[in-house]
Amino acid sequence: MSRRMRQRFEVLVVGGGPAGIAAAVRAAEAGRRVGIVDDNATLGGQIWRGESEAGSEASRWTERLRSSGASLLRGRIFYQPEPCVLLAEADDLVQELSYEKLILATGARERFLPFPGWTLPNVMGAGGLQAMVKCGLPMQGKRVVVAGTGPLLLAVAAYLSQHGAEIEMICEQASWTSLAWFSVALLAQPSKIFQGFQLKKELVGIKFSPNSWPVAASGRTTVESVTISRRGKLETIPCDYLACGFHLVPNIEVPVVLGCEIQDGCARVDDLQRTSVAEVFCAGEPTGIGGVELSLIEGEIAGLAAAGRIAEASSLFGKREKLRLFAKRLDRTFRLRSELTNLPQPETIVCRCEDVRYSHLRDHISWRAAKLQTRCGMGACQGRVCGPATQFLFKWNPDSVRPPIFPARIESLAGLTGDSKQELCETTGGR
Amino acid sequence: MSSPLTVTVNGAPIVVPSGATVAVAMVIAGKACRVSVGGEPRGPLCGMGICFECRVAINGQPHRPGCQILCEQGMDVRTDE
Amino acid sequence: MSHATYDVVVVGAGIVGAACADEFSRRGMRVAVVDCEMVGSGATATGMGHIVAMDDSNAQFALTRYSQQLWQTLRPELPEDVEYDQCGTIWVAADEEEMIEVLRKRDYYGQREVPTEVLDSRTLLRLEPNLRPGLAGGLLVMEDAVLYPPCAAHFLMERAQKRGATFHLGQPVADAGQGRVRMRDGSEISAGIIVNAAGAGAGHLTPGVEIKKRKGHLVITDRYAGFLRHQLVELGYLKSAHSISSDSVAFNVQPRRTGQILIGSSRQYGADHHEVDSGILARMLQRACEYLPGLAQMSAIRTWTGFRAATPDKLPFIGPWPVDKSLFLATGHEGLGITTSLATARILVDQITGTKPEIPIEPYLPSRVAKEHAHV
Ligand SMILES: Cc1cc2nc3c(=O)[nH]c(=O)nc-3n(C[C@H](O)[C@H](O)[C@H](O)COP(=O)(O)OP(=O)(O)OC[C@H]3O[C@@H](n4cnc5c(N)ncnc54)[C@H](O)[C@@H]3O)c2cc1C
Ligand SMILES: Cc1cc2nc3c(=O)[nH]c(=O)nc-3n(C[C@H](O)[C@H](O)[C@H](O)COP(=O)(O)OP(=O)(O)OC[C@H]3O[C@@H](n4cnc5c(N)ncnc54)[C@H](O)[C@@H]3O)c2cc1C
Ligand code: FES
Repeated sequence: MSRRMRQRFEVLVVGGGPAGIAAAVRAAEAGRRVGIVDDNATLGGQIWRGESEAGSEASRWTERLRSSGASLLRGRIFYQPEPCVLLAEADDLVQELSYEKLILATGARERFLPFPGWTLPNVMGAGGLQAMVKCGLPMQGKRVVVAGTGPLLLAVAAYLSQHGAEIEMICEQASWTSLAWFSVALLAQPSKIFQGFQLKKELVGIKFSPNSWPVAASGRTTVESVTISRRGKLETIPCDYLACGFHLVPNIEVPVVLGCEIQDGCARVDDLQRTSVAEVFCAGEPTGIGGVELSLIEGEIAGLAAAGRIAEASSLFGKREKLRLFAKRLDRTFRLRSELTNLPQPETIVCRCEDVRYSHLRDHISWRAAKLQTRCGMGACQGRVCGPATQFLFKWNPDSVRPPIFPARIESLAGLTGDSKQELCETTGGR
Repeated sequence: MSSPLTVTVNGAPIVVPSGATVAVAMVIAGKACRVSVGGEPRGPLCGMGICFECRVAINGQPHRPGCQILCEQGMDVRTDE
Repeated sequence: MSHATYDVVVVGAGIVGAACADEFSRRGMRVAVVDCEMVGSGATATGMGHIVAMDDSNAQFALTRYSQQLWQTLRPELPEDVEYDQCGTIWVAADEEEMIEVLRKRDYYGQREVPTEVLDSRTLLRLEPNLRPGLAGGLLVMEDAVLYPPCAAHFLMERAQKRGATFHLGQPVADAGQGRVRMRDGSEISAGIIVNAAGAGAGHLTPGVEIKKRKGHLVITDRYAGFLRHQLVELGYLKSAHSISSDSVAFNVQPRRTGQILIGSSRQYGADHHEVDSGILARMLQRACEYLPGLAQMSAIRTWTGFRAATPDKLPFIGPWPVDKSLFLATGHEGLGITTSLATARILVDQITGTKPEIPIEPYLPSRVAKEHAHV
């Protein structure tokens, strides 16, 4: 049976990406007792995970975090059993974390759109393949097509090519015209949006094709080729991996469960990154997709605000405003074109957990109706993949989030009263 | 970097770099992580604990998220049915 | 919509309303169904779908058993997605005292031609190897089944629709009776007969109908094919755990055709919000793990709550509402509405068409509690 531990923090941070790290650093340096909990094997969130190069921004921040006095906890927040308490589950451990102030920095995930063959092994998200490579997947000599939309595609292509992959093509659904602003902006401040543009030299010689998107992937047991619609023509490209993602979706499940007000799919926050729920702050991608710089600033502001350093927090508002303007234009640039709603064929699986096909979904009036009648969204991912896809395809609104926020062991939910027989012990803090 | 590890995937030994996740081991081995409800082979999609396509049976325990678990020497990993 | 006339308007598109629409249309009547939401989205979407013969009282037994047989007859027509599975129930006896209850139950069912088998400790473990060792035994009731309620409701509705029934979804009914149903937007549908099948909302619709909400929690796991084969219910269910007044939990788990395990159950009065109550949830899961220790390590995907429509005497209201000639009730099914929906529809339509019902209907007539109202 799992162990159960209890810890109290003045400030608890959920999510160990740039936003969470910056928040934890600022609050801990201001003298608060801080805990930061993340569900991955290594800290750093989607972008910094596994990065250890000395002197990099990532290692500067992680070093600062380690010396800030904040406790680093591994676990996945899955439930709020009572006000000001969250439960985190790790391998054989359930942690009961109570807090005075809470900072949610849960980041974003990729948006996936269904097309024939997207369920084949080795068809992954763009960030997904990158994450796998960060976790040890060898790329030497592998042929990769990178497709979808968003600045992430370039970052991923650069990263993969650095690790030995042959990038066959980058297919970006956005048009040259919408990309024009973006390329100008890039020249102006290359590091500001998404990391990877410093790596422009890595992208030299790689075919970048706007106005193009994948229409089918094929292969016997894994992907062997992808067919691309490119400026109105179909083109088939052999490959070992298809890395395909359609920009990002904020992870708002935790804010939703806590009752935070949501606006256009993002947690609504005020100047000090406060949500509509008292003592709950939110920073980084759940407040809107904006890239690493914005996540850092928002994290800093939230950390300072939670620690009561209002003046210091306010001094960062100006910088944040500029980055937010940038983020808005990012959204417009990479807006999905309507042709993409035609990607799925009747037989295409939309809900991968339950294998629900497009033809079984299209006639339903709402997410809930489809869910009740077809099991779409009822599997282990709890609709995290098919929810945003059906939102785009059918304009459905995925319904309420129910506990557990992530799948959790029955025993973890069963010990919720806290007065169970399980032993209580103190944690040592670090990982 | 520390030395590579060996895990078994569906009974066959596979060498992976240290720090590799179980999902990575499955892709290196060329094995599906799980078989879907409709019988299709599936592998990792998101790489970050969101999609649950990387579920595998680890040391006899079914449905473990392979992309969030590091390989350990001698680990027994199997395609999740 | 306001000028259309029908023979019957059914308020509520849960499993009970759906069964009524199906039955009215089968007898050639023109039916309209109205619901503020959609088909099968109320308690029907939150229930367990155990089709079970129950013996709390003779009247309860008569209705559940009759309805179970109707489900059996319908079985060949049920589409795949209804997931009908005659897996049987095992009433689990923890100790010798509960074994006495097993024998009583066997006799009760036996006298009424319900096939059962008494299981000793060893046979119980052979049938359900994941139960904890040391249980006294159990009673296997072979004809009990499970199904997936929202798709069952949908199937019944679709059948009614093919016979000409119409739906009016998405509009709340403001009031119903005196030969018409008035929507909140002011539009009306008139008919000689109005059926209140609004589930836990029935009391709002017809003042004087005494329905209390009884909250229940459920948890569903990932897929673990083969872990569980029968619906398992503890016998303490009857004895102590589900006393009528206080909050209670009981071991009640169901194998889904998907390989998932649906874990119940809890009963609470006076909790009107949908939120999961962490204390009750924990107690319910602890109870389940006491019986099936292997559950503890399984992955829970989702928890939710639902509301049973409870009447003062634990029997549903099926029949005319004494103060309004046009108004009939089909509600108050508490934790058995999936099971009893088909029988409810039969005996309701029997009453209306003057057909002789196959079981005595008196125990379910609303007049049993409505007498006071009838005099005012
Ligand atoms: C797959 C992916 C790949 C990316 N790659 C790049 C790139 O190469 N270059 C680039 O410039 N930008 C990249 N981005 C964008 C970049 O991640 C963001 O701009 C930035 O890192 C956001 O920081 P954040 O702190 O808001 O979120 P994140 O970095 O996403 O951090 C959030 C953290 O919270 C954790 N978390 C979420 N929910 C819970 C919970 N319930 N319990 C515990 N922990 C939880 C997550 O696992 C994650 O570790 C990528 C984004 C994604 C989704
Ligand atoms: C946790 C739990 C477990 C259960 N397990 C089982 C089981 O194993 N076996 C079993 O047989 N039963 C079980 N039940 C009971 C069963 O779910 C219910 O008895 C059954 O679903 C009732 O169906 P219904 O059609 O009467 O009500 P509902 O399904 O609630 O339908 C009523 C409909 O009326 C509509 N409505 C209400 N008011 C209005 C209005 N003013 N205007 C318009 N429309 C309105 C609602 O939107 C709803 O769609 C369980 C219930 C719960 C809560
Ligand atoms: S690959 Fe998506 S959860 Fe592991």
